[in-house]
Amino acid sequence: MVINILEWLEAAAKKHPDRIAFADADQEINYAKLQRLAKTIGCRIVDQAKRRGETWRNRPIAVLIDRNVESLILFMGILYSGNFYVPLDDTMPPKRISLILDTLNPVLVIDSKEQTKLQAENMTSYSELTQGEADSEERLAAIRANALDTDPLYVIFTSGSTGTPKGVVVNHRSIIDLAEQFSKTFSFPKEAVFGNQAPFDFDVSAKDIYNSLYHAGTVQIVPKQYFVLPLQLIPYLNERRVNVIIWAVSALRIVSNFKVFENCIPKYLSLIMFSGEVMPVKDLKYWQAALPEAQFVNLYGPTEITCNCSYYMIDREFADTETLPIGRAFRNTEMFLLNQETGGQITESGQTGEICVRGTCLAMGYYYNPEKTTEAFVQNPLQNAYPETIYKTGDLGYYSESGELMFIGRKDFQIKHMGHRIELGEIETAVNALSFIDIGCCIYDEVQEKIVLCYQAAESCDKRIVQGLSEMLPKFMWPNRYLFLEQMPMNKNGKIDRTLLKKTYL
Amino acid sequence: MEQLQKILEEIRPDVDFASEDRLIDNGVLDSIDIIAIVTAVNNAYDVEINVQYLLPEHFNSMEAIYRLICKLQDE
Repeated sequence: MVINILEWLEAAAKKHPDRIAFADADQEINYAKLQRLAKTIGCRIVDQAKRRGETWRNRPIAVLIDRNVESLILFMGILYSGNFYVPLDDTMPPKRISLILDTLNPVLVIDSKEQTKLQAENMTSYSELTQGEADSEERLAAIRANALDTDPLYVIFTSGSTGTPKGVVVNHRSIIDLAEQFSKTFSFPKEAVFGNQAPFDFDVSAKDIYNSLYHAGTVQIVPKQYFVLPLQLIPYLNERRVNVIIWAVSALRIVSNFKVFENCIPKYLSLIMFSGEVMPVKDLKYWQAALPEAQFVNLYGPTEITCNCSYYMIDREFADTETLPIGRAFRNTEMFLLNQETGGQITESGQTGEICVRGTCLAMGYYYNPEKTTEAFVQNPLQNAYPETIYKTGDLGYYSESGELMFIGRKDFQIKHMGHRIELGEIETAVNALSFIDIGCCIYDEVQEKIVLCYQAAESCDKRIVQGLSEMLPKFMWPNRYLFLEQMPMNKNGKIDRTLLKKTYL
Repeated sequence: MEQLQKILEEIRPDVDFASEDRLIDNGVLDSIDIIAIVTAVNNAYDVEINVQYLLPEHFNSMEAIYRLICKLQDE
């Protein structure tokens, strides 16, 4: 039984030492060299701990990521040191980064690209950690001998409704389960080349990294600008012989929106998976028309259940007005619907309930956040004989006539906007922190795909709000429309009347 | 050009479009902005910006976008 994902790396390095493990636009690294460098990094981290008179085990190490192979090499190196990694995007506003660092309190912050402006304690860099040789193999072996599959592998931060991001703790066991079930369920090409689109601080990218390690495949990191102006995107996938993509729906839609296939068609793609939002059928059809032989898969699941808990292999034609099912649970995972009023299980079709998940895929909880953890990770309400945690997704769904699970929306104020999971509460907290705002409220226009900010202030001040928010929130959280109100409407309970706002302005 | 500036500022109120000339190279605009800009420009100027024009040189500055619009209108 595999208990640590490094076993996959070691198997691949033995069997295919010369195969490219990771590549970006400028460089590539094969499995043999990856293993050597990762071990060196592991040793240097152990050295750093020793120098501070400490031993680090299962401690957080932050990585300032970029779309480069260094980030991925660092992840592996951190795992060799017996600790877990936390990918951070240093282009986020400093205030949000410091909120995360305050929660995390990492033993090290490693800069993968050597040019950060971020000031943090315990900073080090990729080049510093790759100095010298992997000279303490025995120590690395001792660390591994003590490793458990329930040790954390990564922590990924996601939007929090009260303004503080939540760090989802995922262990080795859950990722091992993910890769095993993916390989049992889908037919990966013999020499799989994954075209990575998702940034490394999104767990969508964990599917590229670990499915690839599992299959001794290659991760090709596609430069971000090809998703901004996609003319060169497909030629790049062809040049790098990419045959599998696991992308956000929003990335696939960039291709269909701009009719990118008019210029160039992917030559090698055989497996196309997407998640993050509901895939519109017309965009799916655009892809299918260009790649009739490829397998398309709709994946569903929040970060808290390790990427995905269900899948739907597109096996028939859908009408433009139809919604794709989120399908059925992966092997070794159970999904069920709970009636929101009675708390009972829903088994008949057509009835709406909250989607709940149980199994090895469950994350361990939120880092240093017991309140939020106990809200969402709860005792299985369907049995009280023994302790068993389930995860309540907050997503609402129902079973179709044919027994497929269908997603309908959220029971709270979380939204999916251009591939990003956002708590409207986090935006509101930031808006309300601005001194010139009396009160702000966000609503989401699903048709226009716009975050609409309604605000009450002494005067209209859209531009000042953007300037203020740019210091607190990443760009994907900025409102897309601003509505100045002289008086915010309140309901009988003294709360902002969101229903009225939606009815009036959307 | 004034109309274009208004369109752009509506999409990104935080950017100084009159002076910025490396909108793509410096990562000022992301994919969401480009989709919004192309959609808005297509509607406002009755043009169609095809995939072949999706290159940094056409989007690095307001002037470049304006030149692209003029070119497409002439065609």
